[in-house]
Amino acid sequence: MNEAPHIAVAAPLPPAKTQRRLAWFWLALPFVAILLAVAWLVATDPLKSFQNGAPPVENLTFERTILSADGISFLVRAGGSGPMTIAQVQVDDAYWQFEQDPPGPLARGSTAWIAVPFPWVLGEAHAINIVTNTGATFRHEIPVAVPTPVQDRASLTSQAILGIFVGLVPVAVGMLFYPVLRGVGRDGMNFLLALTVGLLAFLAVDATAEAFELAGEAAPLFQGQVMVVLAGATAFLFLMAAGRRQGAPTGLSLATFIALGIGLHNLGEGLAIGAAFAAGAAGLGTFLVLGFMAHNVTEGIGIAAPLLKVRTPLWTFAALALLAGGPAVVGLWIGSLAYAPQWSALALAVGAGAILQVIVEVTAYLMRADGRGRTALTAPATIAGLAAGVAVMYLTAMLVKV
Amino acid sequence: MWFREAISRRGLLWGGAAAATGSVISAGTSFGQNAHDGHTAVARTGYSSAPADHGGAHGAMITVGEVDDIRNGFAPAALLTEWDTGTVSRTPDGRVLRTFEVDAIDKEIEIAPGIFFPAWTYNGRVPGPSLRATEGDRLRIVFRNLGSHPHSMHFHGIHAARMDGVPGAGLIGPGEEFVYEFDARPFGCHLYHCHALPLKRHIHKGMYGLFVIDPDPQRHPEFADVARSRLLGTQENAAWQEFAMVMNAFDTNFDSENEIYAVNTVAHAYMKKPIRIVRDRPVRIYLANIVEFDPVNSFHLHANFFDYFEQGTTLTPTLKTVDLITQVQAQRGILEFTYAEHEPGLYMFHPHQSEFTELGWVGMFDVVETVA
Repeated sequence: MNEAPHIAVAAPLPPAKTQRRLAWFWLALPFVAILLAVAWLVATDPLKSFQNGAPPVENLTFERTILSADGISFLVRAGGSGPMTIAQVQVDDAYWQFEQDPPGPLARGSTAWIAVPFPWVLGEAHAINIVTNTGATFRHEIPVAVPTPVQDRASLTSQAILGIFVGLVPVAVGMLFYPVLRGVGRDGMNFLLALTVGLLAFLAVDATAEAFELAGEAAPLFQGQVMVVLAGATAFLFLMAAGRRQGAPTGLSLATFIALGIGLHNLGEGLAIGAAFAAGAAGLGTFLVLGFMAHNVTEGIGIAAPLLKVRTPLWTFAALALLAGGPAVVGLWIGSLAYAPQWSALALAVGAGAILQVIVEVTAYLMRADGRGRTALTAPATIAGLAAGVAVMYLTAMLVKV
Repeated sequence: MWFREAISRRGLLWGGAAAATGSVISAGTSFGQNAHDGHTAVARTGYSSAPADHGGAHGAMITVGEVDDIRNGFAPAALLTEWDTGTVSRTPDGRVLRTFEVDAIDKEIEIAPGIFFPAWTYNGRVPGPSLRATEGDRLRIVFRNLGSHPHSMHFHGIHAARMDGVPGAGLIGPGEEFVYEFDARPFGCHLYHCHALPLKRHIHKGMYGLFVIDPDPQRHPEFADVARSRLLGTQENAAWQEFAMVMNAFDTNFDSENEIYAVNTVAHAYMKKPIRIVRDRPVRIYLANIVEFDPVNSFHLHANFFDYFEQGTTLTPTLKTVDLITQVQAQRGILEFTYAEHEPGLYMFHPHQSEFTELGWVGMFDVVETVA
């Protein structure tokens, strides 16, 4: 229908008002269509033939477990195809009285606390088994029963001390290498920056793996794996955009980004240590603390590396150390409350995204500072630094992985 | 080190608290849980305030809530004493002809508060009706399959191969009917169950029941008194307090492990509502074990001893003065004991497989003085 007369007699442009109305109509149309489809689905129930008499799909995720003098209480999240009802609770293959708060059936996605006055035994294993009204069971293991830390002044203080030792102290110690490193030449600088990239690469892999592991424990409706990828990517893009507003970061701003990335990772590390305590999975020895310190000293060197050619006041180092190491304290505080795995996964994913951004920026900085561009990336000093960074992190991690 | 100390100190505190206040925990806190749909507004009353609640003897280790007997269509208390004696007529040659009517019915039953099990039943109850006849009766069992799968009634007794209730001999499809016919012998405490395949599934879904044949005193002149005390309907028998108990279990998630153990189906039923026993009248229990998946079950009586008649086929005890007997699947027997010389009170009974006890199979006898 491409006849010339059509074009010739084209109507004059409709007034702006009509055009706006038309736009509203086109906007509303999809919504109206979906509403009609829903109404039709509800009214006629064409999916009836799929109802084959099978019981509803039920799913229950244990998010938090608190052991106290009152017994065991745990937070569960329902993820069934419909509301599900908790009928009875077994602990170690025995039915126990329990109290559900709030009571009643659990809608998809909703949570409830279950409190059982169970006389748990310090240092021993227990297993919880929830029986729903359909007879389905959901099991949760407590590998080692220890009292869940309560947040009083004493425990907050002791956790803070622990956090300072595993987070802040090693970073600060690493920074003490700064005066020694100031005099390094081009190769030395490349080695140090590549070392930083190497250690960050290790942390990125470590954080990502940990995030995926935790995401696997979370309730399916959170779609943990997708959440980790999206949160990491978002953090990466956001920090890239923020960092590049005034050109590629160098010197202090680059050091700040490194400290931020490492800080987010240490937050995740703190969460993990705290959670391990809450779950009774770790008996923290002095050896383990020393291991964390050795592991994290390298991080201090990494933060200091971009500052080697810049005059830097002392307080800046203190602030950077706090930014990189301080979150370990916060992580411990939160982690020891036995928070749900999806939140820890989220924190670690954001940390991984931040670290990725820093890797990109440090690499860019290395190329610029060197002056040779890409050739610098394959220079022997760079490769050696990269390998050393990954190797040191990997080997010191052996001290702390349980 | 400081962390370790903090843990152990708190741990010690807890240990002490648990030892000293184990009962306070159950008495002081509330554990209300709505057991049924539609009962959402459950009052959060203190656990110990319920007057008929004797679960306190197990502390806080008990199921929460009540089973709806009316919806189930059978009450655990009634299962103990209900005997199906059929309808009696005479054969042409003058013998007693006892006719029972049994239907196989698919039915969802509540086996513990709030836990529903898609059972296959005889006459809508689990265990099925406790059939009771007298030695020498002619028995006719009219069996109708109203369920969704093939079923049968396989009697532990003496009968022809045609009447055995196995595939090809009385195993019928849905909608069909079969009449089992044989003589009631030998006397004793027996059982029947479905023998359709797979056997495991048909048994643990609920298709079993007691089949008791009382001895005919005339055939046992040397123990006529004993036989008369066993024969339902006699004055001697009326002096006894007789109970039918089938030890069963349910695999609610079909993983070949039982989630609920009980005697007569409902977990903790006789814990929450103890079985009333008049002190000076003797007690006789017809006990059978039908538990699937576990190789053995047992019965232990607290603070008392009993005589045991293995399979009930003798009139003198096969075990004298014991407080524990074991039964494999389909093993059964008669327990006789008395509380005549005991003080009134709550006397516990349970299997001495602690696991079964803690998963619901435990009860109480409430021994009381003679009431006028």
